[in-house]
Amino acid sequence: MRYLPLTDNDRQAMLAKIGAKCVDDLFVDVPEVARLNGPIHGLPMHASEMAVERHMKKLAAKNMAAGDVPFFLGAGAYRHHVPASVDTIIQRGEFLTAYTPYQPEIAQGTLQMLFEFQTQVARLYGCAVANASLYDGSTACWEAVAMATRVTKRKRAVLSGALHPHYAQVVKTMAHFTGDEIADALPAITPDPELAGLIARIDEETACVVVQYPDILGRISDLTPVAEAAHAKGALLVVVNTEPVALGAIKSPGEMGADIVVGEGQSLGVGLQFGGPYLGLFAVRDPKHVRQMPGRLCGETTDAEGKRAFVLTLSTREQHIRREKATSNICTNSGLCALAFTVHMTLLGETGLRQLAAENHRLACLAADRLARVPGVEVLNNAFFNEFTLMLGGKPAREIIRDLADRGVLGGVSLGRLYPGVDALEHALLVAVTETTTEEDIERLAQELEASIKETV
Amino acid sequence: MRYYTDEHEWIDVAGDVATVGITDYAQGQLGDIVFVELPGVGTAVEKGKDAAVVESVKAASDVYAPINGEVTETNGALEEDPSLVNSAPEGEGWFFKMTIADAGQLDGLMDEAGYKAFLEGL
Repeated sequence: MRYLPLTDNDRQAMLAKIGAKCVDDLFVDVPEVARLNGPIHGLPMHASEMAVERHMKKLAAKNMAAGDVPFFLGAGAYRHHVPASVDTIIQRGEFLTAYTPYQPEIAQGTLQMLFEFQTQVARLYGCAVANASLYDGSTACWEAVAMATRVTKRKRAVLSGALHPHYAQVVKTMAHFTGDEIADALPAITPDPELAGLIARIDEETACVVVQYPDILGRISDLTPVAEAAHAKGALLVVVNTEPVALGAIKSPGEMGADIVVGEGQSLGVGLQFGGPYLGLFAVRDPKHVRQMPGRLCGETTDAEGKRAFVLTLSTREQHIRREKATSNICTNSGLCALAFTVHMTLLGETGLRQLAAENHRLACLAADRLARVPGVEVLNNAFFNEFTLMLGGKPAREIIRDLADRGVLGGVSLGRLYPGVDALEHALLVAVTETTTEEDIERLAQELEASIKETV
Repeated sequence: MRYYTDEHEWIDVAGDVATVGITDYAQGQLGDIVFVELPGVGTAVEKGKDAAVVESVKAASDVYAPINGEVTETNGALEEDPSLVNSAPEGEGWFFKMTIADAGQLDGLMDEAGYKAFLEGL
């Protein structure tokens, strides 16, 4: 096949057709501050490969990487140990495929893996059916809202104030184009989630109520009353989970009556990798909702010789068949991240996952106890898994975090960063602890935090 | 009296209740039917707007309401056995029953002979 590049005339014709003056017009939705304006600073337009490498290395050295210092960042992305065997197994030939690896005649390895993946996600979430993955937790969250509007034929979603603000932003961005009404809120700084207030916001127009579990402040509570309240009004309960390891220790959302369970799968197998690519998980509790699900679904069948085989199924929900009436415009999945998730989960097994969860919680308890002894610091949560909120006694958490970084500790995520400009939240700090955290790391954070608080006015 | 639409639905009028389904031609075009999504009883449907979905192994298609009215009953047998739409599209494979809000709308539909001629012209 020949590669025929576009001519300037081709480009102009296409731009004219869609009403854009130049290619840059296509990027107007990207905030100006995030756009590359001119060449990369310090890098000449022409340089040798070695010179570029030297320069980029110097730039990279400015980073303080997760593995280099005591690390307590979470808020939706967690540092876990990914066994080296995961990387080896995902590179096996059976899993190496070209784009859209769904042709059953040649892709049984991939399809069987996706089937196992769906089984694992469904069991983890306490659901009947999971799909073959979406892009990440936040887009999965939007897909759940969109699905709820299809199922209930209502157009209003109620978001818990303790839903990750970035997830809420993605939902609002998408709803801007669909015309759905999104009722969001800010988190209340309380030791337990404010479920009564959330329940009061559900009415007969509500398609779904969206709750994070554990929530953005790391709090955990039984969501059964929310499920009951939602169902009484004919609404669905969507539960969002950003830390799947937690579900090795706490009740699954499906068991509490969640109708749609979505989340981020990055914790297992994937790694932090500078923020992406990540792995969107999506499952429904009741099999009757399967036809309204977005994304790819892999099913088990038998081939012409009666042998067990795997194929994509229920494809009539999807864009290539259903066109504009499809359940979602997503006709693909995060195949490689899903594979890594499944390999990691398989290596852990159910017992291993429970042990991993227990170890995360044990270290988080140690950290909470130790940090609570720092003068001026209080632990907010009544309950948590591996992440909790510290109140810094009137000190701005954002500045403390900056100062801790200067002291060589990545101490957590400040709520001031997640909710810029919201004064009521600026003294709260999220601290995440995983199996990669050592007791020395915890001691170091406690000491540096004490010093930093003393010196910060 | 049975009427037909150019979207291949049939509507059978008996007194003030009408029964709606898809034609033999439509089921033949779709192939093996694997799922039928029916409207809820009490749903108000509007002439020419989608009222149900029929899904075959190769496609999913909307079924449009032939006239305005309210759904009074749906064919529960299709949940168990959607292939009734293939085997008896204009009998046991009916989709739903509805009220007739405006009998005048029936005048715009084809009768059996008209539909047959319409199919020959396709």
